[in-house]
Amino acid sequence: MSFPLLTLTAAVPAAGAILTAAVPAARRTAAKWLALLVSLATLVLAAVVFVRFEPGGERYQLTESHAWIKDFGVRYELGVDGIGVALIALTALLIPFVILAGWHDADPLETKSSRWRPTQGFFALILMVEAMVILSFEATDVFLFYVLFEAMLIPMYFLIGGFGDRAHSGSDENAAAQRSYAAVKFLLYNLVGGLIMLAAVIGLYVVAGNFSLTEIAEARANGTLEMATNTERLLFLGFFFAFAVKAPLWPLHTWLPNAMGEATAPVAVLITAVVDKVGTFAMLRFCLGLFPEASKWATPAIIVLALISIVYGALLAVGQRDIKRLVAYASISHFGFIILGIFAMTTQGQSGATLYMVNHGISTAALMLVAGFLISRRGSRLIADYGGVQKVAPVLAGTFLIGGLATLSLPGLAPFVSEFLVLVGTYARYPVAGIIATTGIVLAALYVLVLYQRTMTGPVKEEVRELPDLRVRELAVVVPLIAVLIFLGVFPKPLTDVVNPAVQHTMSDVQQKDPQPTVPNVEAAQ
Amino acid sequence: MENLIALLVGAPLLGAAVLLCGGRRLDKSGHWLGTLLAAVSFVIGLALFADMLGRSADDRAMYQRLYTWIPVEGFQADIAFQLDQLSMTFVLLISGVGTLIHVYSIGYMEHDERRRRFFGYLNLFVAAMLLLVLADNYLLLYFGWEGVGLASYLLIGFWQHKPSAATAAKKAFIVNRVGDMGLSIAIMIMFTTFGTFTFGPVLASTGEASQGTLTAIGLMLLLAACGKSAQVPLQSWLGDAMEGPTPVSALIHAATMVTAGVYLIVRSADIFNAAPDAQLVVTIVGAVTLLFGAIVGCAKDDIKKALAGSTMSQIGYMILAAGLGPIGYVFAIMHLVTHGFFKAGLFLGAGSVMHGMNDEVDMRKYGGLRKYMPVTFVTFGLGYLAIIGFPGLSGFFSKDKIIEAAFAKGGTEGWILGAVTLLGAAITAYYMTRVMLMTFFGEKRWENDPDGNPPHPHESPKSMTIPMILLAVGSVAAGAYFEFAGFVEWLEPVTGFAHGHSPLSAATVTAATVAVMVIGVGLAYLQYGRRPVPVVAPRGSLLTRAARRDLLQDDFNHAVFVTGGTHVTRSLVYVDHTLVDGVVNGTAAAVGGLSGRLRKLQNGYARTYAVSMFGGTAVLIAATLLMRAV
Repeated sequence: MSFPLLTLTAAVPAAGAILTAAVPAARRTAAKWLALLVSLATLVLAAVVFVRFEPGGERYQLTESHAWIKDFGVRYELGVDGIGVALIALTALLIPFVILAGWHDADPLETKSSRWRPTQGFFALILMVEAMVILSFEATDVFLFYVLFEAMLIPMYFLIGGFGDRAHSGSDENAAAQRSYAAVKFLLYNLVGGLIMLAAVIGLYVVAGNFSLTEIAEARANGTLEMATNTERLLFLGFFFAFAVKAPLWPLHTWLPNAMGEATAPVAVLITAVVDKVGTFAMLRFCLGLFPEASKWATPAIIVLALISIVYGALLAVGQRDIKRLVAYASISHFGFIILGIFAMTTQGQSGATLYMVNHGISTAALMLVAGFLISRRGSRLIADYGGVQKVAPVLAGTFLIGGLATLSLPGLAPFVSEFLVLVGTYARYPVAGIIATTGIVLAALYVLVLYQRTMTGPVKEEVRELPDLRVRELAVVVPLIAVLIFLGVFPKPLTDVVNPAVQHTMSDVQQKDPQPTVPNVEAAQ
Repeated sequence: MENLIALLVGAPLLGAAVLLCGGRRLDKSGHWLGTLLAAVSFVIGLALFADMLGRSADDRAMYQRLYTWIPVEGFQADIAFQLDQLSMTFVLLISGVGTLIHVYSIGYMEHDERRRRFFGYLNLFVAAMLLLVLADNYLLLYFGWEGVGLASYLLIGFWQHKPSAATAAKKAFIVNRVGDMGLSIAIMIMFTTFGTFTFGPVLASTGEASQGTLTAIGLMLLLAACGKSAQVPLQSWLGDAMEGPTPVSALIHAATMVTAGVYLIVRSADIFNAAPDAQLVVTIVGAVTLLFGAIVGCAKDDIKKALAGSTMSQIGYMILAAGLGPIGYVFAIMHLVTHGFFKAGLFLGAGSVMHGMNDEVDMRKYGGLRKYMPVTFVTFGLGYLAIIGFPGLSGFFSKDKIIEAAFAKGGTEGWILGAVTLLGAAITAYYMTRVMLMTFFGEKRWENDPDGNPPHPHESPKSMTIPMILLAVGSVAAGAYFEFAGFVEWLEPVTGFAHGHSPLSAATVTAATVAVMVIGVGLAYLQYGRRPVPVVAPRGSLLTRAARRDLLQDDFNHAVFVTGGTHVTRSLVYVDHTLVDGVVNGTAAAVGGLSGRLRKLQNGYARTYAVSMFGGTAVLIAATLLMRAV
């Protein structure tokens, strides 16, 4: 039996979570350092996975398989393809920064009216989410994936509902009520999605007789497992609905602005940059992998919904007054691009969509965490409460601008590469959709630069005159993220090398070939 | 030698990185470092130029490939450079004028506490602009294209504590993004048509693509050019961009960046040659902008905005020439270079005037400055003579050629385009004479600044006057030099060249050009030279008032896009909050009886429901598994 590397990438943060939670109440700082060290150890393990993975090798590598519930054929079965490797790397990379950025978010408040916040719990929950997300990228057993997909809602629910953003315009009671509303809305939306998926999971079992992704996909490919057209479509819809809630796709998106607005900035990053990626990841792995025909059948409708998400999310971002809700709507627009890329079913589109998941994670983290630093200084999330910050805190403003420029996909920063690939890949098959999606680049410039102008430029507002610039801890969060954005913007090869073969596999799952250039043999003419 | 190409971009890029990340300790030396690295680019450019001249005309292109930028199956985007005669011309213009403007900025920005950052942005601009003209494929060009857009955004908004500057910067970037959309779509069409977007293979196989495809690519490239080069209908940002420090206006918004659209069209010559419909639209855009900018330039009292109108108009000439095809490409580039000299010189002169006049920009509050600022007066005057096409100076040679080529287009089209270019020449002479007279001649109309200090006009320091003198030399001599040293032969291998069939002889066109120039100068003299200039602008005719407001195009944009857009987003916010959220929650309610639960969310039972639901899921799973077991 080989070394259980994949299990370890999830077991380390899970064990770390339990240990962190067990740190005595008075030793808060020790708990923080413990959580940070555990997340760094996980990052090292993820790096080992990244290096050990051979892009040219088997589709699923580093596999592990153990019987779990023998009677029902449920197995503890793990394995990663290039897409999984990329997303594990993203998750493991972001968590240390999330922890570092949230260093003081769960400190006990001095005012008596507020509840004491269990610091240990905050960091333990973050590590728990990390463990579940990583394991869900590795699970090749449909039932195991389903359990993780649902279970990660629990720690997320407590993170949103228990540790809200302290910057709130209303009273404490009002803030608690809104936070509770956001947390429950998050839970109910995702639970409903999950229930429908559960029905589909059971249905799949009835049809296929087991839960193994690899076995079912293989049986489907070589024709030993036939599915009636309607059965396949229903099962597809069951899965897709759950993923579309999580991703989130218009019109199932309304839980996200509430959740991201009320949660602390690091938790908001956890939601949009990490947890939501499980939804788009699962579309690629389960929807396309298990139900290729139904995926093609649903493509036109999904493309339309993705286009609506892109334009609608961006327009709503323009209209927001709350910085964090603005970032949330921008994310909805970006998830539209990811889903568009997945269902364009071209190599460029799917490679772009996978890179987009990674790049969106990093760029949103950069923008949102700096926004969080800003908000914690002034105690307000409203854009109108800021002005002229550039003058008093130039480094904060500069990093905020770079995060914003990444969000609007400026060439030279990582998101440009993925966004352009998605656009090209979409245009190659659906020219009209490609052109409509391109309007997203104008709207992105609008919401980012309007946000920057209103908060950072102009005369210095009285209330921001004393704002300190970024501190060392905050720089330690932002600078590495920006470095990664620039590196992947000019040299995305390490990532594309891993992702490309996996995309080829998915393309053959759905039996699609790229549209060929209308003028052939251009290279020969050169 | 090829391996030096990357250094052209690398030197100023290094400068930008060091200056922007270096911190306060570089405040004292940063401007020298920035200027030095721009100069390094220029020197490398000269070395490559010398090398290029030593080769035969058809073997001058050099290539350098660094690495594959985006390696995805079927999609190869390289970081690779192509330096041919066209790129070389731009390299020398960008790094040469760029270096001069760095030097000028040392003096101009001396008292600005953020001077180091300013030089960092200038270096960033030079690097991005060089990347734009050196790229060997459209995607890398797009990298540079957006890079100069970023530098332009940062520099227009350099004094961002002024709301007007911050707004102008944002507007420039967003309007440009509309153009960038065109470039994106053009690249997308190229990729699906040719399977590549590298210049060589795309331009070599235009013959095999359908005309409809090529027209679509051409029009999308034109949209991009309209954004970057401030052509109608995307011209509205350029006037506002004058909020930036004057050296920025000179370098980015006159001499180099705004001419990138002309580069794009000339670079894509093979596409346009095969798409006559797209070419026709290009000439129309050029002709309309040529008149539009000139009319606006006549009405502005702000010296920089008058010059901005003029820039728009002169680029209109270039775009028009580029739309004429092989008879015009060379002259578009020739006018671009001479314009780079004289317009940069004029802007630096304007900056020098403002420097001496408490940063006043209203020409109605100037007057009689020639005695106080002799060097500025002479250099500005030479730039003035060059732009109006005074015989023998730069503008005379380059503009005359464009007018000739416009007539040579032939047919009714040729007559119309020729007439428009001649009319434009007359208006140019008029508004530039107006600027000259209002600024340097007549009586003093100076006013105290808001603090009550009277202006003390004085000549600017050497760091500012020397670049002005050098640019004046270029304004005088570049045209004649190009004419006699063989600019046409130099560019022909890249752009192609054809003599048109002009219905008028060259001498007739030249005579007509000189005649309309004299008329324009004369009219301006009658209005602004013979009579005193009122300090408060007269109400003016309907046209004048419209022209002061950029011919109402901006008001149209504001009404439709800004006000209209605000209404759209506000109503969408409402719709999202009530309708979408409500319908989704309502559907869920109808399906699962959730509505009661959602309504009670705020009163404390929420958690109970969530937990019970979660419990329900668990029970369901267990039950299913159990059923199976039985």
